[in-house]
Amino acid sequence: MTWIWSNLDLIWDRTLDHLVLSVPPIVFSFLIALPLGWLANRYRLSRGVILTVSGLLYAIPSLPLFFVLPAIVGTSLRSPLNLVIALTLYGVALMVRVVADGLASVDADVRQSAVALGYSGWSIFWQVELPLSGPVLLAGLRVVAVSTVSLATVGAVIGAQSLGSLFTDGFQRGIEAEIIAGIVATVLVALLLDGALVVLGRVALPWTRPAGSNGAAAREARIVEVTT
Amino acid sequence: MIEFRSVSKQFPDGTLAVEDFSLTLPSHQTTVLVGSSGSGKTTLLRMINRMVDPSSGAIEIDGVGIHTLEPVQLRRRIGYVMQNSGLLPHRTVIDNVATVPLLRGTPKKNARQDALALLDTVGLDRSLADRYPSQLSGGQQQRVGVARGLAVNPNILLMDEPFGAVDPIVRAELQQELIRLQSELGKTVVFVTHDIEEAFLLGDQVVILREGGRIAQIGSPAEILANPADDFVASFVGADRGKRALHLERRGDGDVLVDSEGRLAGVLVPGGRPHETKAGPFPGPGAPAQGGEPQ
Repeated sequence: MTWIWSNLDLIWDRTLDHLVLSVPPIVFSFLIALPLGWLANRYRLSRGVILTVSGLLYAIPSLPLFFVLPAIVGTSLRSPLNLVIALTLYGVALMVRVVADGLASVDADVRQSAVALGYSGWSIFWQVELPLSGPVLLAGLRVVAVSTVSLATVGAVIGAQSLGSLFTDGFQRGIEAEIIAGIVATVLVALLLDGALVVLGRVALPWTRPAGSNGAAAREARIVEVTT
Repeated sequence: MIEFRSVSKQFPDGTLAVEDFSLTLPSHQTTVLVGSSGSGKTTLLRMINRMVDPSSGAIEIDGVGIHTLEPVQLRRRIGYVMQNSGLLPHRTVIDNVATVPLLRGTPKKNARQDALALLDTVGLDRSLADRYPSQLSGGQQQRVGVARGLAVNPNILLMDEPFGAVDPIVRAELQQELIRLQSELGKTVVFVTHDIEEAFLLGDQVVILREGGRIAQIGSPAEILANPADDFVASFVGADRGKRALHLERRGDGDVLVDSEGRLAGVLVPGGRPHETKAGPFPGPGAPAQGGEPQ
């Protein structure tokens, strides 16, 4: 415990490093998965190809990927960018299927209705399909966020500073508290991002808000109708 | 006026949904397309706003071939009400009603004001404006659907089994509401249903469809009831089962109308208004006092 109190600055710095390494991949993987998932959902042929390929991405072992990426992308071997790219790929692997499923989950009646109202092609996507697949996208994004935060620790092996550095350093120097601090801090960061996404979902998807108020409102609505 | 001229529709999978369909739908009247599933009634309806384009033939609205019109623009000036309301679940009631005006570029403030007024028109309390559709009852959702269909004050209102998914009491209420609205607004309404009672209740012109959009009979409800064109129509309106063939029978407590299978169908009332029964000349001895009360 003394180690933790005397190294709070270090833990805080590594936490910030960890956020810098894991937040961009979460955002990027969402942005990349969006068009891919749309394409996968749009045509039967592209669905098979895109979902298979993106699924296979997840099967690539992370360590070899870290060493191959610099050769492909042209980054230096120790650049944190390698980690960001690798984590983005893993995020895309998870997220493409989620986007495709999310878009497919939109009620066909609602889509028909949007066409009948006079929404044009792209406005149906942006204003109807995308928001309505929101709950599924959010669920997928939460998995991606937690998984990315956890995977980012591996970066320590290739020299990208993160909370993972606390494990590697703790192992090398035999400081148990440092290892535990790394694990606990990683879990906390994951919970933090997950919580942030939940809050974001509540704000962005107000019609999905569960429980109390809604149920009561619906019941009240029925009563009003029966009594009038 | 909407005109179908020898319209056919074959879907890519080979189904011939509509074959050589011709019909004139007069303006400011309600035309009901009625038929079982597979009769192509919804396909016909969706051809009017180009959600479905005919494989051959032409459709004209007030003399303009709709194939010359841009589908999205066309849809924005035709009201559309569908089963299960088709409301956008992620938009509040008020935003749902204002959808098409907003798409057409009406300033948000005006669109919302108009939408609030429309809630009054369809008999919804303004306090529901900020609810989401899932927070409403089925009947209320359907009313919002009608309000949305009326939002751009369209000449034409397409209604695809709009009351099919609500319970009978609410349905009867919504039907009366539509009759009231139509008497005030005088839209050209095209109404699709499989329920012949609903068709007779709402239709100025009723079109009974067989499979493949073939017309079995066109006419006013009275014309069809009095002279079913063939066995199919007779069976569809229930005339063959004696349901429509009523005769007067003297029972112990008064005169009643009975169908040919002996089921009670109602009473004969001068003037056709239930509340006049008490004053009418036929109250049989011992007739229950509440017998003539409106339900």
